[in-house]
Amino acid sequence: MSRIELKNINKYYGDNHVLKDLTLTIEDGDFMTLLGPSGCGKTTTLRVISGLERPQGGVMLIDGKEAINAEKAFYLEPSKRGLNLVFQSYALWPHMTVFENIAFGLKIQKLPKAETEKRVRDALRMMRIDEYEKRYPNELSGGQQQRVAIARAVASNPRLLLLDEPLSNLDARLRIDMRSELLRLHRDLGTTIIYVTHDQVEALTMSTRIALFKAGELSQVSTPVELYMNPVDLQAADFIGNPRINFLEGRAQTEADGLRVFSPLGEHLFPKKDMTEEPIPKGEFPVVVAVRPEQIRIETRETPGCLPVTVYANQPAGSETLVSLQAGKSDFLAKQLGLVHYQINQQLYVHIPPEKINIYCAETTRLIKRARADDESLPA
Amino acid sequence: MTKERLKNQFFNVVKNPFNMIVFFSLIILFCLIVIPLLQMIASTFTAAKSEIRRIGGQPGDFTLYYWRYILLSNMAESTLWEPLKNSLIVGLFTVLVSVPLGSVLGWLIVRSDIPGKKLLGMLVVIPYMIPSWCKALSWLAVFRNERSGALGFLAGLGMRIPDWLAYGPIAIVLCMSLHYYAFSYINVSSALRSINSELEEMGEICGATKPQILKSITLPLVLPSILSSVIMTLSKSIGTYGVAANLGNRIGYYTLATKMKVFISDGPRNVGYAMSLVLIALAALIIFSNQRIIGVRKSYATIGGKGGRSTEMKLGKAKKPLMAFLVLFLVLAMVMPMFVLVMETFQITTGNGYGPNNLTLYNWIGTVDQAQKYTSYPGIFQNSEFGRSLWNTVRLTFIASIVTALCGQFLGYISTRGRGKWYGSLTEQLVFIPYLMSGVAFSTMYFAMFSRPHLGGLIPSLYGTFTLIVLTSVVKHFPFASRSGTANMMQISTELEEAATINGASFWQRMRRIVLPLAKNGFVSGFMLTFISIAKELDLIIIMMDKKTQTMSYLAFTYSQEGYNQMADAISVCVLFFILVCYIVANRFGADIGKSW
Repeated sequence: MSRIELKNINKYYGDNHVLKDLTLTIEDGDFMTLLGPSGCGKTTTLRVISGLERPQGGVMLIDGKEAINAEKAFYLEPSKRGLNLVFQSYALWPHMTVFENIAFGLKIQKLPKAETEKRVRDALRMMRIDEYEKRYPNELSGGQQQRVAIARAVASNPRLLLLDEPLSNLDARLRIDMRSELLRLHRDLGTTIIYVTHDQVEALTMSTRIALFKAGELSQVSTPVELYMNPVDLQAADFIGNPRINFLEGRAQTEADGLRVFSPLGEHLFPKKDMTEEPIPKGEFPVVVAVRPEQIRIETRETPGCLPVTVYANQPAGSETLVSLQAGKSDFLAKQLGLVHYQINQQLYVHIPPEKINIYCAETTRLIKRARADDESLPA
Repeated sequence: MTKERLKNQFFNVVKNPFNMIVFFSLIILFCLIVIPLLQMIASTFTAAKSEIRRIGGQPGDFTLYYWRYILLSNMAESTLWEPLKNSLIVGLFTVLVSVPLGSVLGWLIVRSDIPGKKLLGMLVVIPYMIPSWCKALSWLAVFRNERSGALGFLAGLGMRIPDWLAYGPIAIVLCMSLHYYAFSYINVSSALRSINSELEEMGEICGATKPQILKSITLPLVLPSILSSVIMTLSKSIGTYGVAANLGNRIGYYTLATKMKVFISDGPRNVGYAMSLVLIALAALIIFSNQRIIGVRKSYATIGGKGGRSTEMKLGKAKKPLMAFLVLFLVLAMVMPMFVLVMETFQITTGNGYGPNNLTLYNWIGTVDQAQKYTSYPGIFQNSEFGRSLWNTVRLTFIASIVTALCGQFLGYISTRGRGKWYGSLTEQLVFIPYLMSGVAFSTMYFAMFSRPHLGGLIPSLYGTFTLIVLTSVVKHFPFASRSGTANMMQISTELEEAATINGASFWQRMRRIVLPLAKNGFVSGFMLTFISIAKELDLIIIMMDKKTQTMSYLAFTYSQEGYNQMADAISVCVLFFILVCYIVANRFGADIGKSW
């Protein structure tokens, strides 16, 4: 229940410029994920918001009130920002029981004993760890410790909850469970959440909005669907999606009714309304054609508008099958649901809906033609 | 705007108690370490009253007299060069004996399938628990010959013990080796523990024989730690006083440390100071060259995330000879000296055998009128001097080690939380300086600094006071106490503190409720280790001791110098007992003896 505005935040560690003029607004009630590879500044951003780090430049407002003004060397204390933080390592105090861990902040605030106890019990119940209140952290499993850490953070009724890669220490199954827990928590509390992760699946499944980081700068801020369907540049496209998006080299030319593209996938004319506002070179210019593996439909018989391909390798994996295909000298990967067995070197035909194709300018690496999102749900 | 910015900046710094603590700690460290050093350097260039007749001018004038005295005068040969040569020879040979010894012991205990490892692992460090000056006394108890009047154990059996064996460099080297082997043992064994044995197993799969594996895989991996043991042993043995004094002084064999002490007691004192600067420079040179040479390749990343499994190497046929070697080591380094030392305390005439007519309890509980030979001292338990020295020892070790351990945790906190910041590295560097100085050199410095009042009496003269001895012991043990404090504080992740900050805890609340409770165990073990180390100490405090402030170590040393060997031995036995009890208690608290230098 808090709106965060970061304006031109600059943070240096020595000569290392970690955050470069970062400007980002997080709306009240958002589940905002800061996504990016390690070392791109997302955790630093979180720590700046929490008050544990002091940026050398920029302004931060919480609900319109100044929390950071670097020019005036003003930094509001972390405890006065109405937020709480879940650390990647959980940072549970090993010499306190679960109960004491959760009650610590409330005791510091000098809340009445009865109120403290009630809040701790509520937090315990919400995270379904009531039975462990007398245990010490090292007597709990990783997943239980995680729950204690979250319970400790929510017990103080923060208006803003910060989570720093909270699931990275859990095994794959627990991670899926905790994802749904967090989603419910966000709905039940209505708190603004800022969530740091390098895991795109976490970002795509939980967030209302995603801020994609690249070397201390934001490369894209958008909804998960938009980020998946239309990454703004080649790097973002390459980062989002598993298996990776296919890149194929092609050439393009602007025409009166749109963009004509020649590529190993054949010749396409993309309508004007799908074009972005990025500047486009004049005449013929190189482009990169990007196709998500799951958008490629494989047929065994030739149909109109399809592309003949041969099978290079076939990887059935239970719920899905990855097929490496070759068209001329180009390789690309297709993903099919369910178990399918193709022979190596088998002749197949693929159908690729043109409205699902992204086109990037090879020179600027920026997106120039968008893919249209129909009411399709996101692939897992 | 700028005014507000300045105001905010000022309050950001001042309102944070951590900044203030760092500020005051740096000032204190500066006063306790940098100023004494500068002061000592200055005094070697300042004419003192006692030499004014030879130098001319006024006391306090600038002079190069002292440096010329030790470097250029016709006294230079016997003052500096001869002792320097002796120091280097003794240091070099100590390294040659102790490093291979310690490394082999380490390998046997960690990597081989030698039986009874757990017990052996404990026994092997016990010789290190025996103070080095105690070893010198037991060496004398075994090898003493007619030169010092009272016969030792072997001479008593009718053997002729030549001077070169009883006293001098060979005796000093062997005694120190039986002490400083511990550095190599501890370094090498912990390096070996961190090496994944899969590395060795891979060698075996490639078809290498055991000696080949040892030579081309194991040895290169532990080489950095062997080299650093060489450096530690060298710098320590060059500065050791107690052993060299006990075994060398009688035949006029002086090392830098012992010669320096002569000048400091008998004057000209500033010559002694100049010599201690030479010692400091030497140690600094050795340590910094070490950092140059092996600093870069200090650690192979032997601790990977995976497979810390360690399999033992089968000794096969070599098992029996190696067992014999271990037993021999323990007998020579522990059983025999202790036995002879203890037995000598019951003898009327040393070296006269253990027949009933030569046994007495006099040295322990006798009174002067019961003496069978001429002596002015009653048995130690009847002697008020012993009582006082026992009290002084207990008092000194307790006070000094509590203060040291507290400061260590504190300094450790500053250097871990300031890691990568200027004040963190400055603290680390300041704290490291006392490590460069041998005990005698360090106490000389303090002696010079505090034997007169400073700042117009704000710091009074501490000459001959117990406070000075405590202060010296505390500061000298800073390097290792702060190392244990750093290790302790490293275990307390900053995130634990940050979590408390987020929850609204102030600096002091964080300290009281998070850091202190978590640092408790590390504090106790750091305290016990300092305690043992101070209880053993002789070199550091010998210059400052007098009848009033003497500890058991010092009393034993004086008795031995005066020829009361049995009583010196009896006191050593008490010291040993004291230390062993502490060691056992420390072990209970999980203190790792490997961190105690």
